[in-house]
Amino acid sequence: MRSGSLKGVRLWFARNNGALFALVLFIAMFALYVAKNGVGVRTGLITAVANKGVLLALVAMAQTLPILTSGLDLSVGMIFVLTNCIASTILSGPPWLVAAGVAAVLLSGVICGAINGALVVYGRLQPIIATLATGAVYNGLALLVRPVPGGSIEPTFAAVLTTQIFDVVPTTLVILLAVVLAIWLPFQLSTTGRGCYAIGSSESAAYMTGIAVRRSRLAAYMFAGLLAAIGGLLLTAMTLSGDASAVSGGIYTLSSIAAVVIGGTSLMGGVGGAVGSIFGAFVLREVSDLLFVFDIQPLVQPFIQGLILLGAVSLGALRVLRARSRLEFLGVGR
Amino acid sequence: MAQADPLLFWRMNGISKHYGGVRALENVGLTVERGRIHAVLGENGAGKSTLIKIMSGVVQPDSGSTELEGRPVRFASPGEAMLAGVVAIFQELSLVPDLTIAENICAPEPPRRFGLIDRRAQRRRAEELLARVHCEDLHPDEIVRNLPLSRRQMIEIARALGRSPKLLILDEATSALTAVDVERIYGILDRLRKDGLAIVFISHRLREITTFADDCSVFRNGRRVDTFAKGSKTDAEIVKLMIGRDYNDVFPAKSARAGAAAPLLEVANLNWGDRLAGIGLVVRKGEIVGLGGLDGQGQRELLLALFGVLRGVDASIKVRGKRTRINSPHQAKRRSVGMALIPEDRKTEGLVLPLSVRDNISLAAVDRFARGGLIRTRAEIEAVKGAFQTLSIQARGADVPVGTLSGGNQQKVVIAKWLLTDADLILLNDPTRGIDVGTKQEIYKLLRNLAEAGKGALFYSTDYAELIGCCDRVVILFEGRIVRELAGDELTEQKILSAAFNLPDEEKAACAAVH
Repeated sequence: MRSGSLKGVRLWFARNNGALFALVLFIAMFALYVAKNGVGVRTGLITAVANKGVLLALVAMAQTLPILTSGLDLSVGMIFVLTNCIASTILSGPPWLVAAGVAAVLLSGVICGAINGALVVYGRLQPIIATLATGAVYNGLALLVRPVPGGSIEPTFAAVLTTQIFDVVPTTLVILLAVVLAIWLPFQLSTTGRGCYAIGSSESAAYMTGIAVRRSRLAAYMFAGLLAAIGGLLLTAMTLSGDASAVSGGIYTLSSIAAVVIGGTSLMGGVGGAVGSIFGAFVLREVSDLLFVFDIQPLVQPFIQGLILLGAVSLGALRVLRARSRLEFLGVGR
Repeated sequence: MAQADPLLFWRMNGISKHYGGVRALENVGLTVERGRIHAVLGENGAGKSTLIKIMSGVVQPDSGSTELEGRPVRFASPGEAMLAGVVAIFQELSLVPDLTIAENICAPEPPRRFGLIDRRAQRRRAEELLARVHCEDLHPDEIVRNLPLSRRQMIEIARALGRSPKLLILDEATSALTAVDVERIYGILDRLRKDGLAIVFISHRLREITTFADDCSVFRNGRRVDTFAKGSKTDAEIVKLMIGRDYNDVFPAKSARAGAAAPLLEVANLNWGDRLAGIGLVVRKGEIVGLGGLDGQGQRELLLALFGVLRGVDASIKVRGKRTRINSPHQAKRRSVGMALIPEDRKTEGLVLPLSVRDNISLAAVDRFARGGLIRTRAEIEAVKGAFQTLSIQARGADVPVGTLSGGNQQKVVIAKWLLTDADLILLNDPTRGIDVGTKQEIYKLLRNLAEAGKGALFYSTDYAELIGCCDRVVILFEGRIVRELAGDELTEQKILSAAFNLPDEEKAACAAVH
């Protein structure tokens, strides 16, 4: 290459500064937590932190894709809950049956995403409205599948998903890494994924460039469904049950948006990535740990967490400060 | 005969295109040959952009046929046109701002390995293509958003070359470039011409294009009026071909006394980013000042800057002799300033379409009818009735949604709305675009009446006849600067047009056009 390789490194940092910021923030918060907790870094502690973080990380990854296309998916939390409920009813029996069940759970997530995508692409609905409505539908389905919390899950299957590999690395973290390597990176490096970035940055330019706008947008929602379903699967393995909780679905949806923003993805679309969202999710999870070790009263905790979420999603508005025409404040222009 | 010509690459016949009720192209035919550069010339709104949008599959014609190498073709999207070898570079850039240079250059079909995008190959390819347009200094990983306009334009050209075009269409592709870059582009195009490419070139740099192109076609009012070989016509003759129909009777008589009255608006040294530079102008009471020039030379931005819409405007602005800062349309509207802006797009910036005609008319002035925060309906109804009569708005009453009115009447509603604020200084952003001649005439008359009543107007129009017929003075903008001010007898199409093209010797062009 030319003399530009140093510049190439600098440009890489410029593109990824959002994700790097979230990573540094998480490390700092985790260090503070460990120091304050005073019990040292033990495998059990890491597994506990990882298991809590991985669920939100997967839902946040799911949320990243629609946001990159300058859309939003308010149903990711509900897909997460629905797939949890489905998994809690079918993941038992001999290994081949469990494997088929896993496939069915993932497929149902993809179908949910495809419905969202179809409504946005072909129904020309605004993503926020379309997914708000489908989210309610998915939650209703979850209640039909699992009217009361409970379920029977093959215990060995659940154990494999929630232990440590070589007694050190939590399996959930390995699964998360596998999702990044096997789903996110290929997606980002595909023409469809590139199309998602292009749509979010400038849909008209993307169209004029000959990019398959509809296919890319549809794919973004389908992959969101798939990732949320992987989250639902892991949740089932951790809790050994399903729970059609609208509240937890809603919290996951809101937290996923906050994690995406903390991870450096622009709510305007076109900038960012799912790896940043993972770090963003761990930052948010660490917040509750810190509130715990600093002995904040449990009654005050939801209030503080709410403020932090509000602050996180407000990060997305900073970009407007650079706008040169006041019309851009209104979301026209850009 | 058409099939027999081995050089013929592209032919279109009887192409017509309407947007709503507005005719953009009417029965247009055009042929393009291999190994030649075909220049397309015309005034703003002559149909050039529509023409190339049809050629490149962005819009579909209402009627007519297109042939590529003798075979009938019809492109449903830019992607289809590209596959057939028809590649266009548009006036409004089609680069994706948040992607890197390499990603933009290689879209939509980047090099792949095992089905995934091969970033190293992509970077290499971008470097090759950047080298072809002599932009080796650009790093392929740079984000496009951070680059100046002229560089983006070069990237756009590099990308077009990467699609191995057979017919390359450039719409104003050199308008944002520096002189050095323009020379480079001409060098590149010359080589492509020798390689047998067909090239269609739209430019406002009249002087350059007429020496550079092999064939020229002139468009006017949606029709192709002439095609001729290079060198067979002078600049002045071409300018004459481009000029539209006679408008003289449509305009009301100008007042004699303009020019002596007290200044209403004084602007000095107005700058905004790289789009507006050192603008200074005065609008006096009773005066209509025109903003002229080619489309997109900063006229719209100037009006928006004055009206407080743009951020980071650096200027000294005086209203009625008093220094003022205006940071929003709300401030511009205050009585102490008294500005109104008739916006360019009535559907998004002018009207609230689902609301009734009455609500729209009173929207800007609603605080005048309010007492203690509540709107007094009676006063509002009276005022709206008055505005209805002044502008003779044709509607089935004031309660119908404004969206149901015709374009001309909608525009009247926009004007009525701002007149109701009793503004002294009226900024107009191409207010007659897409409306019928009758309504246009009423608007001209109304403007003149307002001027007679001591108000001032700053009037941007893409229609030169309108500037000549309506305005007491016209300032011509070119690349964000005022390049000339014309008044009285100087207000002729030749002078405006040559100033708009920033031709240095407009005297000669004007003289030559007479005979």
